[in-house]
Amino acid sequence: MDTNRFTRVDDTTWRVEPHGAMRVPAIIYADEQLIGDMDDKVHEQATNVATLPGIVQASYVMPDAHWGYGFPIGGVAAFDPDKGGIVSAGGVGFDISCGVRTMLTGLKASDVVPLQRSLADSLYRQIPAGLGSRGAITLDPIDMDAMLVGGAAWAVEQGWGEARDLERIEENGKMTGARPDYVSERAKERQRREMGTLGSGNHYLEVQAITEIFDAKVAEAFELSIDDVVVTIHCGSRGLGHQIGTEFLKEMAVAAKVSGIDLVDRELACAPINSEVGQRYLGAMRAAINCALANREILGHYTRRVFAHFFRKCDLALLFDVSHNTCKVEQHAIDGRQRELFVHRKGATRAFGPGQLSLPDALRCVGQPVLIGGSMGTCSYILVGEATAENKAFASACHGAGRALSRHAAFKQWSGRKVVDELAERGILIKSPSMRGVAEEAPGAYKDVSAVVAAAEKAGLARRVARLRPLICIKG
Amino acid sequence: MNRVAWEHFPHAADVGVRGFGATPAEAFEQAALALTAVVTHTEVKAVIPVEVSCEAPDLELLFVDWLNAIIYEMAIRKMLFARFAVTIEGTRLNGLLWGECVDVTRHAPACEPKGATYTALKVEQNAEGQWSAGCVVDV
Repeated sequence: MDTNRFTRVDDTTWRVEPHGAMRVPAIIYADEQLIGDMDDKVHEQATNVATLPGIVQASYVMPDAHWGYGFPIGGVAAFDPDKGGIVSAGGVGFDISCGVRTMLTGLKASDVVPLQRSLADSLYRQIPAGLGSRGAITLDPIDMDAMLVGGAAWAVEQGWGEARDLERIEENGKMTGARPDYVSERAKERQRREMGTLGSGNHYLEVQAITEIFDAKVAEAFELSIDDVVVTIHCGSRGLGHQIGTEFLKEMAVAAKVSGIDLVDRELACAPINSEVGQRYLGAMRAAINCALANREILGHYTRRVFAHFFRKCDLALLFDVSHNTCKVEQHAIDGRQRELFVHRKGATRAFGPGQLSLPDALRCVGQPVLIGGSMGTCSYILVGEATAENKAFASACHGAGRALSRHAAFKQWSGRKVVDELAERGILIKSPSMRGVAEEAPGAYKDVSAVVAAAEKAGLARRVARLRPLICIKG
Repeated sequence: MNRVAWEHFPHAADVGVRGFGATPAEAFEQAALALTAVVTHTEVKAVIPVEVSCEAPDLELLFVDWLNAIIYEMAIRKMLFARFAVTIEGTRLNGLLWGECVDVTRHAPACEPKGATYTALKVEQNAEGQWSAGCVVDV
């Protein structure tokens, strides 16, 4: 989009002053190239978010942003309940608590490459992926409610995970305030046989090798070295989250009107935090967060089983598990005063800097791992939260490469078979039920993830620690 | 098989579906075909019937509800649908879908729709009297 529509504050900060119904400015963090390539809709959506009641400081946008639903993907906005602040189903999105986890394997690339094809086949068989795949777990109503309250801790109790993982998962693996009674029967029905499934679209499981270390001290704290193999899983709350998002989007479109909130876009559907609908959504949304945390824990368990079969002595330890589609209650300092805010991150990763008490001991001195997925053929990054991110965007950073081309355009441009063959020549094995799905997710359909993380670093949101290249990618 | 009068339109991350027809009901049926085509280009057999109904205060919200009703049936039955019959009376829609269970090898589903959105949502009649119904679907 045209950079003349912004006031340039510095190399990576672009500002839209409040005008019209905007209550606060919109601030985009990106370099000139990235912002130039963004769709005009990002400007429109960021300024629309700035009109919502109770918004604090600014409507923020991360460097990987693209056109989303109501909120841009890559949007961050915090609301104060005492100032009429809202919670928005559109601001969290359909895939509630979609997120990423990275597990260390203790293996080197040279251990994995000789077994790469068999390992890829086995992971593809063991991890249900894509529409029509079936999970091995069926939940009865009692188990469903226990899962929605217990999250990853519930999965561990069931034997589908390890207790040591929990401190490495946001909220210690269990989001408090979850209300299964606020989750509809239709949402529960959609999830009954979905636990331990990967989903589709941009969701994946990747086996990756570390190719570069940028920050030796933090890499040591994260236990990352060159050539180490890690497993990264990207997925969310599956059908349950999608259904909750669908139902509350509709209900909040009506509730906003009843509360006298003038929505410039129906997709901004929201309700005051201090309202019956707002509280009901928060209870249901938190249950969906637990569903996502449990699901990723179970997928991690399946991955451990497969690796144990191939490598007798390997021990998969969780580095971190962090969501990028959420609304969380957090304390942030505003004008020198601590305030309790409802922070919406839609395609944006929480990025706590050093010293955060919620981080486990081993990470507290360096900061939170920020896991950035690339695309099948390019690299991924592990970053660390910067102390400066607190004042930049409520301790938030980017979440991935972000799409550059629509699925439609990608399908027209690439053949899935050819993408798979070309990546195989480069040592990257892709396993997917759909060649069309591979074409739509072709690496060229995404922005340059290296440019995105460089911009995030320059903007003081998060700092690069390690770069990873894919060895195996399981796509839904 | 319904006559083909639908299209996909691009969205940055996802895909838009739009159907055309002489009536809103026809446009809704065509958009449902576009939804199936988001998932697969392979022929889907219309063998198993499923009934859905929904209610919404206006045609646009009803359209989103209709697509979401199909997405729900796709998800819980693990089915794809090939034929649709819609009747709209006031604020209520009754729909019949015919389809088959997903065959992963044959259908090679490209993605799994999460939900229909209000983005680019439009149900309208043009000057020639033709109806169109479309919105972006989150995949």
